[in-house]
Amino acid sequence: MSSLGSALLGLAFLAALAAGALALAGRKGDERLLTLSRRTVYGFCGLITACVVIIELAFIGDDFSFQIVQEHSSIETPSGYKLAAMWSSQEGSLLLWAFVLSLASSAALWATRRRLRDLVPWATAVMMGVAAFFTGLMLFAPDVDPFATATMQAANGMSVTPTDGVGLNPLLQHPSMMIHPPMLYSGYVAFTVPFAFAIGALVTRRLDAEWIRATRRFALIAWAFLGLGLLLGARWSYTELGWGGYWAWDPVENAALMPWLLGTAFLHSIMVQEKRGMLKVWNASLIVGTFSMALLGTFLVRSGVLQSIHAFGDNTVGPYILGLIGVVLVGSTALIVSRLDDLRSPKRIDSLASRESVFLVNNLLLVGMTAVIFWGTFFPLISELFTGEKASLAAPWFDRYTTPLAILLVVFTGIGPLLAWRRVSWESAKRVFRVPLIAAAVVTVILVAFTDATDNLWALALFAFAAFALTGLAQEFWSGAAARRQLTGEPGAQALVGLVSRNRRRYGGYIVHVGIVVLLIGIAASSSFQTNRDVELRPGESTVVDGRTITYVKPTVAVDAEKFTFGSVLRIEEDGEVVGFVRPSRRFFRPTGQDSGTIGSFFAGEATSEVGLRPGPWHDLWIAEQPNIAEVQRGVRQADKGFQACIRGVPGSPPECKALGLIMRASVGNPRREAQALAQIAKLQSLAAEDVAEGFLRSDAASTFKVIVNPLVTWMWIGGLIALAGALIALWPARGRRRGALVHTEADARKEAKYREIRDAELDHATGKLSDEDFALVDSELRREAIEILDGAGNGSANASGNGNGNGARPREPEKAERS
Amino acid sequence: MDPQRKRKIRLVVALSTAVLLAVALIYTSFSASTEAKEPSELLGAAPGTSYEMTGRVVKGSIQREGNGIAFRVVDRDGGGQALPVTYTGAVPDPFRGGREIVLTGAIEQGTFVGEPETLITKCPSKFTTKSDV
Repeated sequence: MSSLGSALLGLAFLAALAAGALALAGRKGDERLLTLSRRTVYGFCGLITACVVIIELAFIGDDFSFQIVQEHSSIETPSGYKLAAMWSSQEGSLLLWAFVLSLASSAALWATRRRLRDLVPWATAVMMGVAAFFTGLMLFAPDVDPFATATMQAANGMSVTPTDGVGLNPLLQHPSMMIHPPMLYSGYVAFTVPFAFAIGALVTRRLDAEWIRATRRFALIAWAFLGLGLLLGARWSYTELGWGGYWAWDPVENAALMPWLLGTAFLHSIMVQEKRGMLKVWNASLIVGTFSMALLGTFLVRSGVLQSIHAFGDNTVGPYILGLIGVVLVGSTALIVSRLDDLRSPKRIDSLASRESVFLVNNLLLVGMTAVIFWGTFFPLISELFTGEKASLAAPWFDRYTTPLAILLVVFTGIGPLLAWRRVSWESAKRVFRVPLIAAAVVTVILVAFTDATDNLWALALFAFAAFALTGLAQEFWSGAAARRQLTGEPGAQALVGLVSRNRRRYGGYIVHVGIVVLLIGIAASSSFQTNRDVELRPGESTVVDGRTITYVKPTVAVDAEKFTFGSVLRIEEDGEVVGFVRPSRRFFRPTGQDSGTIGSFFAGEATSEVGLRPGPWHDLWIAEQPNIAEVQRGVRQADKGFQACIRGVPGSPPECKALGLIMRASVGNPRREAQALAQIAKLQSLAAEDVAEGFLRSDAASTFKVIVNPLVTWMWIGGLIALAGALIALWPARGRRRGALVHTEADARKEAKYREIRDAELDHATGKLSDEDFALVDSELRREAIEILDGAGNGSANASGNGNGNGARPREPEKAERS
Repeated sequence: MDPQRKRKIRLVVALSTAVLLAVALIYTSFSASTEAKEPSELLGAAPGTSYEMTGRVVKGSIQREGNGIAFRVVDRDGGGQALPVTYTGAVPDPFRGGREIVLTGAIEQGTFVGEPETLITKCPSKFTTKSDV
């Protein structure tokens, strides 16, 4: 099987090279070559998928002749985690990269198969170049072949296939760890698509918004996946790692956050290019930066240049990826510089008080934040370069800069949706800003009067501006729905649903904003007003943390074949009333595949905390336990010693023990009896293990509990989910286009974009953001442009490369926004 | 004001903000950072200065001491003389003998005293090469 896999991988590498070469050969518009190139990309996708299937089958079937299976799985590994074990390995994660890239490239080429004829060949070449790079790494770099075979030395010196694997690290056996890496990878990898199309646009000088329209969805998907990956990682850290935090400014976390921030900036600034034709250099640079950051993230985990909680074996593929980043950066920069003249926009920002200028400010903030994080992350290298000493920056340094930047971002998140494109009149500004500003003031007064929010002024500022932003967003939904109700006569709720489904991009985006602001409230509250206490309790004792009485009711113990679990039952009382019980524990795993002949071996493997969590809308109560197992370990040593004595047949040992020793000696040289004897011993041993573990229940030892009362932290997760839902709404194809939603001609796309712009202006007018005169001006201009597009579609002059199929129809009045 | 001039002013404001931020960034990062050292370099280090120590925990050296733990570390490659360490506070799950750790603290009477909540233990299973297994 593994040689079949190697062969398929080799074929995939050739397919990637061929697809890129065919695309370039057909770049002058040779239909046959381009179709062949596209189909070769689908073929590449099929081959890589087959490789993944082979590896996964090997994991499920416990085929330990695969080195990757032998090192990352074992017979006892739960089957769900067997599936996920592929990406806990270096080679498996590279295969995952190639796999996601093959899917994304195929989807992108399928979606653009009838448009952008001039640009697609270059985009194909870029995507397949990256694909060939990662496939080539697996084939040619040392130590990262996913199809390497495992052997071990048998007693007679022959090489045989191992019978069991090392197993998956218990720390990684957590539901969110199964999907966290593929989410992050999907995010990293999907940014390849907009990057590739940007390069295509630069090479062919097709620098209008077409490449953006064709790849906007991919950028949004990448952004959503990366965000979800970050959220899952945070959740895992919070519930599994036993330190009670969700973010540590660790280099690998930062490496995933940076492309996410740049991607956020990109998603905003491309709207300015789509609508106003500005910021072209900026957008091209941003996507280059985002993609480089995604590669950097892939590199950091594999390089060992920085100290991180995420283990980096120093290994072989780091330098190659660094080389790719270099090629990407140098090549793209040269390309952008050589196209500067074409990238210059004829238009300027009309007024500082307009949505596009808010987008620009938000972009600067996001890029500034990325710059801060980049500097902090790589500071150990920078400092070594200048002072010769490796020095690193801790969380407080990062917080000092990111806190004010995040607050400013919330401010502009609040302002942006309230402003119309191009310009805002003083009258309309007064109208739309009144309620949000009042809300911010009211919330500030309430917080100052009734809570101790003044202890942390940064947090107080964030809460006030969050109130401003959330009220502004609510007002957007409210006034939009009201305008629609007036026009259609629908009842309120239906008008709201109609409004959102008719303007998915706009209102989906607003929902993302709501989610992010809610998430930031959760972060601000839980990081600023957290109570964190370490207490030592014996069974029966209690302590008071932040008004809650916590009583250690009793210790608990569980033993099974792979682990010891020592835990406790804690009673929680609030205002003298029992509100619930919390059961934290700590698990001690026996290492698999090693000598497990002693009970002591249980303490030689990993240990993991199972956090006792009592989530709530206002507070999370988070408790982790460090049981004192000194007593138990003493018992374990004694029991192990007893067994040894037993087997050697020391005089005076108990009768069943003597029998055991006899069996052992009698069975030497007889495999069947030897196995029987070993099974017998294992059974006795597990009985002894249970007996010893129960010593913990009697030991009355004090356990150390880490108790954290985390205010509003639940809202962090809820906010993240809201943002995800908003992204899905913005991604969902508009009504009437659902069939073949992603495929349409260039002229269609341009027409639709213009209609959307007209609808946007109408909405802005209806919700009072655009004054009557401004609206009349903008609307007539947009309609003129729309008619130009429609005329162009008729005679084929405006769509240089689209086939203009079915667009000869007469200009049709764009639908009114409010009518469905 | 003519638009040309206005744009120029905007550009100057934006650029000087960026420069200010960059200067602040550089200044604070050099003053707020802690030097990273290996245990063998810390044996003779001046007491009181804060360092970020990266080393490998000696197997079997971990002992409970009062509220915290005491153990010894050696350089990451396993060489050098062992440095005694004390630490109070939460211990991460992966912490154990033989693992690489990062800890911030200072030397007090020949012992490296770690600051609470700064102990980082590297997670050994991900992306390790063959030689590390």
